[in-house]
Amino acid sequence: MTSSTWGASRRDFMAGAAAGGLLLGMALPGAARAQDSTPKKGGTLRVGYTQGESSDSLDPATYSNDFMFATSYAVFSTLVEIGPDGTAQPDLAESFEPSADAASWTFRLRDDATFSDGRTVRAADVISSIRHHMGEGSKSGVKSLLDQISDIRADGDKVVIFDLKAGSADFPLILNDYHLTIRQDMDGRIDPDSRIGSGGYVIESFEPGVRIELVRRDDYWKQGRAHFDRVVLLKVGDPAARMNALVTGEVDLIDRPDLKTLPLMARNPNLRVHTQNGTLHYTMPMNVTAAPFDDVNVRMALKHAIDRQAIVDKILLGYGSVGNDHPIASSMRFYNADLEQHAYDPDKAKHYLSKAGLDSLDVTLQTSDAAFNGAVDASVLFGEAARAANITLSVSREPDDGYWSNVWLKSPFCCSYWGGRPTADLMFSSAYAAEADWNETSWSNPRFNDLLVSARSELDQDRRAEMYAEMQTLCQTDGGALIPAFGQYVSAMSTRINMPEQISEMWDLDSVRFIERWWMA
Amino acid sequence: MSPVPKLILQRLVLGVVTLFLVSALIFVGIELQPGDLAEQILGQSATPDTLAAWRAELGLDLPPHVRYLNWLGGVMQGDLGNSLASRRPVADLLSQRLANTMFLAGYAAVISVPVAVVLGLLAALWRNGIFDRGVNVGALSAISMPEFFVAYVLILVFSIQLGWFPTLARIDEAQSLGDALYRCFLPALTLMLVVVAHMMRMTRAAVINVLASPYIEMARLKGVPRWRIILRHALPNAAAPIINVVALNLAYLIVGVVVVEAVFSYPGMGQLLVDAVSSRDLPVVQAVGLFFAATYVTLNVLADILSILSNPRLRRG
Amino acid sequence: MTVTTTLKSAPPTAWFGMAVVALTIVVALGAPWIAPYAETEIVGAQFQPWSAAHPLGTDNLGRDMLSRMIFGARNTVGLAMLTTGMAFAAGSVLGMLAALRGGWTDQLLSRAIDVVMAVPPLILALMMLAIVGASIPNMVAVIAFIYIAPVYRLARAAAMNVVRLDFIEAARLRGEGTLWLMRREVLPNIASTLIAEFGLRFCFVFLFIAALSFLGIGIQPPTADWGSMVKDNATLITFGDVTPLIPAGAIALLTVAINFIVDWMLHRASGLKT
Repeated sequence: MTSSTWGASRRDFMAGAAAGGLLLGMALPGAARAQDSTPKKGGTLRVGYTQGESSDSLDPATYSNDFMFATSYAVFSTLVEIGPDGTAQPDLAESFEPSADAASWTFRLRDDATFSDGRTVRAADVISSIRHHMGEGSKSGVKSLLDQISDIRADGDKVVIFDLKAGSADFPLILNDYHLTIRQDMDGRIDPDSRIGSGGYVIESFEPGVRIELVRRDDYWKQGRAHFDRVVLLKVGDPAARMNALVTGEVDLIDRPDLKTLPLMARNPNLRVHTQNGTLHYTMPMNVTAAPFDDVNVRMALKHAIDRQAIVDKILLGYGSVGNDHPIASSMRFYNADLEQHAYDPDKAKHYLSKAGLDSLDVTLQTSDAAFNGAVDASVLFGEAARAANITLSVSREPDDGYWSNVWLKSPFCCSYWGGRPTADLMFSSAYAAEADWNETSWSNPRFNDLLVSARSELDQDRRAEMYAEMQTLCQTDGGALIPAFGQYVSAMSTRINMPEQISEMWDLDSVRFIERWWMA
Repeated sequence: MSPVPKLILQRLVLGVVTLFLVSALIFVGIELQPGDLAEQILGQSATPDTLAAWRAELGLDLPPHVRYLNWLGGVMQGDLGNSLASRRPVADLLSQRLANTMFLAGYAAVISVPVAVVLGLLAALWRNGIFDRGVNVGALSAISMPEFFVAYVLILVFSIQLGWFPTLARIDEAQSLGDALYRCFLPALTLMLVVVAHMMRMTRAAVINVLASPYIEMARLKGVPRWRIILRHALPNAAAPIINVVALNLAYLIVGVVVVEAVFSYPGMGQLLVDAVSSRDLPVVQAVGLFFAATYVTLNVLADILSILSNPRLRRG
Repeated sequence: MTVTTTLKSAPPTAWFGMAVVALTIVVALGAPWIAPYAETEIVGAQFQPWSAAHPLGTDNLGRDMLSRMIFGARNTVGLAMLTTGMAFAAGSVLGMLAALRGGWTDQLLSRAIDVVMAVPPLILALMMLAIVGASIPNMVAVIAFIYIAPVYRLARAAAMNVVRLDFIEAARLRGEGTLWLMRREVLPNIASTLIAEFGLRFCFVFLFIAALSFLGIGIQPPTADWGSMVKDNATLITFGDVTPLIPAGAIALLTVAINFIVDWMLHRASGLKT
């Protein structure tokens, strides 16, 4: 697996994918978690991060890598935070209530929450901060996610009301997004470069693309959080350098360790590997409006011509699980466990080919490691496996730069990935609904789209489960997305780093809130 | 005008013309690359209207020649512009990286130039002996290793096995000089191994060349000791080619260390440039590219001037 | 001096160099017959240790390391050779042209070359590859383009010394064309300089390709090449695994070998003086 030193794999999760999760199922890799469950204050946390660029800025509309996501959560705070069970938990908002139709949400702010300059957090701050991402001139990655808001208004200093264009039971989770941190209002706008936030840490020094040093706020209003005295985030792009720094004790935690060396690293008693089953998954979208993918039999043939297990074993080195051509992770609520697993079966693939009236098939798969790390290798493996089914799959490697603009959503068959959305509704609405901006496959299944709308407002949970199960079946048998695998988030750290018994697995490192939630033994 | 100042003036004018052309080349280069800054930042989450908003704000929607002339106008007035991505002035962004790059280059040069010259002299003194051959083979081997390989082996030995030096060359203003020297020892050593061979071989060749001349023969016949001949007579006369190769290697230490910076996570200009190219942050690419080109041109002009001045015949005109 | 006596006078280092180069050429040419497995064939589990079936073990996708090394010789060395050859062809023609024509041709070419040389080669390669896309033909073209500059300089400088000589003047007066002069008079006189330089440049190009592959923009998978093989396995060094040292050692060995030969050739050329 290669990992490009620059450019390529800059975004781990979708900008805008940040909505939190409902009932993640609390799937925890229980083994070897937290030796000492009482948080302790003190210590300096030093992190070696893969990403981070000299072009980074504190403007929340511009965040595009883990380095800034982690910084954002440490220095600023959001209205709600995602809990270990995947639900929205109070953060700056002490409570939030929907209207009867869930089309209007009322958030009440805490009285004691203050910015690092001592000023309390007010409704106007929230409104300006959210509006920073909305409207005509917005450059923000969450702009389309916020399109559902028709109005934000204040009711006094402490109450903010969001009016939505349609009812949405999952709305509060969106406000966990790292873009949507609350800044100080200045005459109806925020100063995007201001360093004043209401989070547990203040910035001592910041050199974009190199390092940021954070110091704990003594007057932090949230109890039982922000345990480290100091936090240093370092950008260490080279995987070998990152690993070396951890082994020699120059950093305490690294993200994206080189997977193949993990068995060797495990021999070191001072280090441990940490994995999380998130919603991250890899896709190979086929455009169902373009030949030959407009024939469902061709799609099914390809879905049976890929050796999913080989991709999990060889590309993910076992740190993942096979996908079943729908985007709902097994740890998510409404996952359809009864659905038959698609497996590598060249005969079945040939059978579908003949149903499509074909003896053999020639297709081109456009790929790049910008889509996901190892995408090129995965495509090569796919090509080798497909040959047995009379399918000639040519792998066309595209430049990493500009991949998302020039290939993705334009190519009839390419590689992509999703950081995943925590709820079935958000996931389907983002990439599978007919009218979605990011409908990778141009798939438009009337039954699916009807179900999507009715499930969103369905309150009977059993009925809802049935609906989502049927939608997963439709994706799998009719949809254009070939989803070979779900990946795990993997990090490596010193055994001195402790974390709560239950963490949020939605995104890497306690959903990127580790700085505030973890501590040092 | 006497020939020396005229020569120098000529070189300087040519240097400025070269820099101007380099800036145009870089601009065209970035323009031709697929994607722009807006696409790089938004990536998969881009929508047409957010892209348009970015471009309008950054002026990326203006025609290329207008943007280039705007930039050039700024530079003429000493304004390098702002980074497109972070909106910080390019000058601010550059200053720290520049200091880091110069520190590492200076560090490596201070170790490697004396080492190279002394080894070269000794090899010339005992030429064709065991020492000469040994140093020669060692130097050739060192120059033949890929930089990243040298770096990894040094890390393996000195950081992981022995635990003497850190693997990350972290450097910031708060550090004392001693601390900075300690932290940057491994990258400096890597660079030394890369550049020393070239300089050493040139020193040896130049000195041996001079030793073959008749006046040295004369001195030797007079009974002047060999080391004295080399230091007093051969070295000064061999200075021009040595200065040239030293200048070339200094330029390399400043502009060519991208790989070493990557391996040791050293925040130098090379990493900045690579970042800026990948995010299409044109003002930053221009500034760093111009700095590199200026370094190269200046050192070359300087080497020319020094070799003119050190050459008695040319000096007399 | 005949070839035999010349070879006999060669020092052991030069002999060593020639042996390594000869071996590499044989391996590179005969790769499909010598290698036990195909270049991209997946033959076993990942990271198998050394065994009789896989003398150097297997790599991160379960491909035979030895076969990859052998094909890597063909790809890495072959491409470096092709690239250097292209740079020399273009660079020496342009250099001789500048020397023979002088005036505006010389000025224009020399200034253009100055500009190219003023941009660090790695950065130039990075930018150009981002424009044209990182494929093998593009990489060869880009590196060849970058290395035209130093070859041009050398060829021009060497040719300058030749064009001042009387016989060139005589040929010019006879009315011979530039092309004729280049081929018949200048090239034979600067050939030895160029050949010695070729060896050194080949090493630089070779290391340059390795560096590009290390940075992830050189030779692209699944093609086997030594630079990417080092990069793919670099993290294993931390744990004392020597896998990445094998391709890195191969790169170093070949460059050392060529340098030894070049050194000997240069030594012979200047031998009369010392």
